[in-house]
Amino acid sequence: MFGNIIQLAFRELRRNVLRSALTILGIVIGVAAVIIMVTLGRGTTKQVTEEIASLGSNQLQVRPGEHFRPGGVRTAAEQFELADAETIEREIGGIRAVAPIASKTLLTVYGNANWRTSVIGSDNNFFVAREWEVETGREFTESEVRSGKLVCVIGVTVRDNLFGTQNPLSASIRLGKLSCEIIGVLSAKGQSTFGQDQDDMLVVPIRGFQRRIAGNRDVNTIYITAQSSDLIDKIKQDVEALMRQRRHISANEEDNFYVRDIREITERVTSTTETLTALLGAVAAVSLLVGGIGIMNIMLVSVTERTREIGIRLAIGALESDVLRQFLVEAVVLASVGGIIGIALGLSGSALVSPMINIPFVFDLTITLIAFAFSAAVGVIFGYFPARKAARLNPIDALRHE
Amino acid sequence: MIIRSGEEPLVELSNVTKVYGSGQAAVHALRGIGLRVQEGEFVAVMGSSGSGKSTCINIIGCLDVPSAGTYRFRDVDVGELSRDQRALLRRNYIGFIFQTYNLLARTTALENVELPLIYRGVPPKERHRLARRALESVGLSQWATHTPGELSGGQQQRVAIARAIVTEPLLLLADEPTGNLDSTNSQEIMKLLSGFNRDQGLTVVMVTHEPDVAAYAQRTVHFHDGGIDSDTLNQNQVIV
Repeated sequence: MFGNIIQLAFRELRRNVLRSALTILGIVIGVAAVIIMVTLGRGTTKQVTEEIASLGSNQLQVRPGEHFRPGGVRTAAEQFELADAETIEREIGGIRAVAPIASKTLLTVYGNANWRTSVIGSDNNFFVAREWEVETGREFTESEVRSGKLVCVIGVTVRDNLFGTQNPLSASIRLGKLSCEIIGVLSAKGQSTFGQDQDDMLVVPIRGFQRRIAGNRDVNTIYITAQSSDLIDKIKQDVEALMRQRRHISANEEDNFYVRDIREITERVTSTTETLTALLGAVAAVSLLVGGIGIMNIMLVSVTERTREIGIRLAIGALESDVLRQFLVEAVVLASVGGIIGIALGLSGSALVSPMINIPFVFDLTITLIAFAFSAAVGVIFGYFPARKAARLNPIDALRHE
Repeated sequence: MIIRSGEEPLVELSNVTKVYGSGQAAVHALRGIGLRVQEGEFVAVMGSSGSGKSTCINIIGCLDVPSAGTYRFRDVDVGELSRDQRALLRRNYIGFIFQTYNLLARTTALENVELPLIYRGVPPKERHRLARRALESVGLSQWATHTPGELSGGQQQRVAIARAIVTEPLLLLADEPTGNLDSTNSQEIMKLLSGFNRDQGLTVVMVTHEPDVAAYAQRTVHFHDGGIDSDTLNQNQVIV
């Protein structure tokens, strides 16, 4: 008998192809939309988190700030010097590397090609601090760093724009009016979290940069890499104390420099992406609701026709339970088919879109199951309960239903 | 539920009333009627619209329940049956045909006829055989795979008759079976009903307002304003 009822249910579904298809479509849209939204949201969050982690979690950046002059006037504080970086490295414990950094945007020229890029003056510690490797060629030698000879390590964007497919090693490019030999090419880093092309730069020894390019002895930023992340707070305090002393700041004056912890930045960006994920979740919930209403509409619209059908079935001898079982099977079949198609579509859709917008594909089982369960529940509830109401009528009232 | 054959009438209504609504708006569709139908009878129920004749046949068919009074089907007091027991009574002993045919749309004639057998739990092979035989008996073997939309009104009503008799019921209830048909088709339908009544001893209770159609019955019951006006044997029964 139960086999017969299942058979009846399937027969009924085949017979009403349009109604079945529309119901399935409603569920498919609901499930797929939620899965795509949440998967892309999770992917974005993951990518941002990974990028921030790639900046190095045990890093500090020291930058000059502002002077507070009497009368509330603010002026830019003086830059650091190489000696500041050297003193930090010498006097503060727990440090792995200190990289002084100065930079300027310049036009670079090779043959007929030219390219405006950011020229960074630093030393080999820059590669340590940024966790960046020289992929071909070499880093600076001790004597190049000390003498400030103009040699450069270039990012892949610079290489691509000046050299195309040619080998850039040992070639001489012009930096403004100066000539500079290329000794290495960095590995590709791609876009930063904030959309900058990180490979669009080149590095020269900082002494050469100061003397021949900048024409001063300024250091704009100092990168400090700690030996481990739990030393960060202590190093930060030590650096602040040291710099106050070196910059002759009296006890009642505020700092005219910042010591930034990468973790602070991480926290800020993470909270932003969390907001983003919450927003996507809300959008997903709305699409699930819309899908649910779609299912409900189709189910309720067909109630009139189905109520008469139920009347006929009751008149020729169906029990209330026969009718209910049939409708339940129908609703469950529609909801499962729709749910499975929706999951397939949602996952394949996200897998397809993720690489297009450069984010990793993150499979989220919970959301998949929630979307499926919700749509299935809507399908079953709105398929089953109107049928139950009809099956409880006197057969003659069901037959006469208009 | 086993219903024994015996001396008592097949259908016996005593003092049955049916009230729709309540208070001031109450409509008394039946005002305490009594009616007996013996096995093998062919009864026509006539009357103007609103006279209670359809309500009466729906109560006999257990599609509706009386507000008061007793209804006995053979030796069973239907008033004491549960919903499911009434459904089983319909399933096993009663066949219906309606003015509007009430076939399942987009469903072939054969599948429509099979439907009551499915609920009876008849295995597929036997089901097909019985359904084909029933369609043959109403002259529609050629139309088994057609859906109601592809059949004429007369053909649809004949499918409905096949569906009603395929379970070999004791009682066939027909609610204005020719109401939507022209006279040629009406005659066809009436010949079928008369034939089943005469050849198989099928008890038929039929509501109609057409005297030509009522003429096929042995007995005519006239309803008026919720009561039975007259109950006479038909002197000029049409014999097929």
